[in-house]
Amino acid sequence: MASPIEQFQIKPIIPVLNFTNSSLFMVGAAALIVGGLLLATRKRAMVPGRAQSVAEGLHDFVANTLTDATGREGMKFFPLVFSLFMFVLTANLLGMIPGFFTVTSHIIVTFALAMLVIGTVVIYGFLKHGTHFLGLFVPSGVPVWLLPFIVVIEIISFLSRPISLSLRLFANMLAGHIALKVFAGFVVALLGAGGALTILAPLPLLMAVALMALEFLVAALQAYVFTVLTCIYLNDALHPGH
Amino acid sequence: MADPTKQGNGNGREPTSSDDADLSARLKSLDARIDKASTHRQNAEPPARPTSDSSALGQAFRLSAEFVSGVAAGGILGWIVDRLFGSSPWGLIICLILGFCAGMLNLMRASGALKSARSDEKR
Repeated sequence: MASPIEQFQIKPIIPVLNFTNSSLFMVGAAALIVGGLLLATRKRAMVPGRAQSVAEGLHDFVANTLTDATGREGMKFFPLVFSLFMFVLTANLLGMIPGFFTVTSHIIVTFALAMLVIGTVVIYGFLKHGTHFLGLFVPSGVPVWLLPFIVVIEIISFLSRPISLSLRLFANMLAGHIALKVFAGFVVALLGAGGALTILAPLPLLMAVALMALEFLVAALQAYVFTVLTCIYLNDALHPGH
Repeated sequence: MADPTKQGNGNGREPTSSDDADLSARLKSLDARIDKASTHRQNAEPPARPTSDSSALGQAFRLSAEFVSGVAAGGILGWIVDRLFGSSPWGLIICLILGFCAGMLNLMRASGALKSARSDEKR
């Protein structure tokens, strides 16, 4: 029986360029998004067809999420947020196809995405607000003697954002795929055991089917959660408040 | 309170049956309807944001990630401080404790316990 974590192995495809199966699926996801959106919006019909209304729906969905969290002026980040959402969603869903590699189940990938978000927040925050951006770390209405502790805790809390952003997506994808593989492995093991145990084999199969449905939900939900949190962090850069 | 009297009152605007009881009853029903409408609107507004915790499993994952990441950030920061200043192991110890606090803060913020304190200013 194959190990449940074998599916996460990185295998070089073109060793000279360091092009691995992970790179292949990242390029594949990007190509799928760009190609799909170009194809869907090719006609630019006034009354959208099926493909075009899917593309428009995705656009409106992300735009609404962004304006809900940051207001109108957040729309300047729309290209970033939309790209992130589409990439995470497509990578998650591509990983659901059996035999395909899940890019987002590697923490280095999700961490790079999270650092992109936090980097944008920090750079934009300092460019727009200067040192006033540091006010993010000084909550209002705190007694003076408590302030040094609170500021340090707020800074650590801010530093933990990219970690939690990447950890959440990575852990969800990793755990889901391992659970699927383990239950699928049970089916094979029970079938191979022979005798009375063979009769039990359909039970983990049912479980695997149910988990598959849950994983599709998680794949979409985590892409959405990633987007929402990105929007909330961008809101801090736009309005440091306090 | 019969319906016909109400209708007559609303249509005709004549003070035919405008005794105090009727008026107060209508005011009461109006209040009730305003209350209902405003609570409905209040209920309708918040789900714009916290849809992320639509499933309990998702929320559990989210909250645990918040807490773990706080402790991890504290640990990494402490390790870096120790490397820079050679203050091992005190930087790690203190920053881990502070990271624990930060994790708790993250947790409370994510679960909405601190919502009144912060997100009011944010919105």
